[in-house]
Amino acid sequence: MDLTALVPPLLPLVLAPLLLGIINRTKAFFAGRAGPSLFQPYYDLRKLFLKGAVYSRTTTWIFRAGPLVSLAALILASTLVPFGGLGAPLQFSGDLLLFAYLLALARWATVLAALDTGSSFEGMGASRELLFSALAEPALLLSIAAIAREVAIVAPEDDYLSLSGMHRALDKASWPSFLLIQALVAVALAVVFLAENCRIPVDDPNTHLELTMIHEVMVLDHSGPDFAFILYGTALKLWILAALLLGFVLPRSPYPGLSFMASCLGMLILAVLVGVVESVMARLRLVRVPQLLVGATTFSALALILEYGRTLS
Amino acid sequence: MTFAIDLLLVLVMLTDLSLLSSSRLGACIRLSAVQGVLLGLLPLLVDRQGPSIRLIVFGAILLLLKGYVFPRMLRRALRTADVRHEVEPLVGYAASVLLGVGILGLSFGIASRMVLPRSAGSALVLPMALSTILIGLFLIVARRKALMQVVGYLVLENGIYIFGIAVASEEPFLIETGILLDIFVAVFVMGIAIFHISREFDHIDVDQLTSLKG
Repeated sequence: MDLTALVPPLLPLVLAPLLLGIINRTKAFFAGRAGPSLFQPYYDLRKLFLKGAVYSRTTTWIFRAGPLVSLAALILASTLVPFGGLGAPLQFSGDLLLFAYLLALARWATVLAALDTGSSFEGMGASRELLFSALAEPALLLSIAAIAREVAIVAPEDDYLSLSGMHRALDKASWPSFLLIQALVAVALAVVFLAENCRIPVDDPNTHLELTMIHEVMVLDHSGPDFAFILYGTALKLWILAALLLGFVLPRSPYPGLSFMASCLGMLILAVLVGVVESVMARLRLVRVPQLLVGATTFSALALILEYGRTLS
Repeated sequence: MTFAIDLLLVLVMLTDLSLLSSSRLGACIRLSAVQGVLLGLLPLLVDRQGPSIRLIVFGAILLLLKGYVFPRMLRRALRTADVRHEVEPLVGYAASVLLGVGILGLSFGIASRMVLPRSAGSALVLPMALSTILIGLFLIVARRKALMQVVGYLVLENGIYIFGIAVASEEPFLIETGILLDIFVAVFVMGIAIFHISREFDHIDVDQLTSLKG
């Protein structure tokens, strides 16, 4: 058996927590601290897996199923996203919709688990999470639609409804006019990336202040292995959306090795950028966040309309 | 060349959309200045043989007027009126932006059925012109502050100007400069009017003007 076939499915599973390590290291650098080791997230995961879980008596099986369902959905989603010139392990026509809704399923499971605790505090976090993700979803789908439209026109033989097919055909796009659409899509997806991963400026992953938390508040009651699943899922989601963004932005070279190196480097730079954004920016006020997300949706809608207008005439 | 025109037009569209989403009058004036600068660069790109002296001079006049003189006049009016924000617009900001995107889609629909006498250099010129005109009109209708309506008027005129770009190299110089002079006088007069309104009535809300007694 060819061992390189194991790389695409295993890469995100192995390397995803490293992204969290890089982000934390960058933030530590900006704060003038030495910071934790790059592998700290792995140590944290190991520690959490060795612990036992504590369950409140008010919770039901939904609470226990939440982290499992959410992690399973994210692992499945990670097999749909192509990375660095390698096709995704799973690809078929229409997998972009499955991708979007696997992310939604993961969120749904987390939200249900949070509601199951019966705590009004967690309910508040759940409501915020759903509001923001409902606003981020159109931006994600419209961006993908704009790219798919371009691919459908320049490379009809490739599967334009699959993420891997789009990825393969992207270098056939009509340059340089496609660059504009790509730039708009990149901005929209970058905002979605920050919002979906609950990073600043939408949510602060470090905060434990009651009024400002969104994602962190929902997972307060999970402990031990359950919390490890959630932490691992967070890292995986970061990797998935970063890979999606990079796949649409990075130019591809005919040499797969070079593409792979470029994507790894892009991933590193993206993680450092998130750290920089988190160090230099404050969280937006809660009422401003929907405006940011509507802005991202506008960018992606603009990209789609331009793409249509350009190809009609 | 087409790419450069497209880039400028998309940037103009982005300034349109941010005008729709901004509540600060100062920021809106700055955005309209940015739009003026972008439009001043446009005549340099439309001709395939490279810009003629006439177009360069015209672009420079445009840049000076829309990028510097108008914003300066509006800023002075803003200072004397002492108003910072559009407090209660008739249509909210998020809704305005989404409407703007809708207008853009509509413009592409209309533009695909319109036939120009000659190619405009880029397929985006016509739809961008139409949507800028409509967004300017929308700003005039949906905002209460007189200053915002002047900005809307400028955006409307910018749209007409982009429309003119399609036939720029054949359009007589005199007509274009005449139009610019008209706008100059209009903005000048509106600036004075805003100053007087705010001095007489302590605000520049136009929908309150109907209930005033002379």
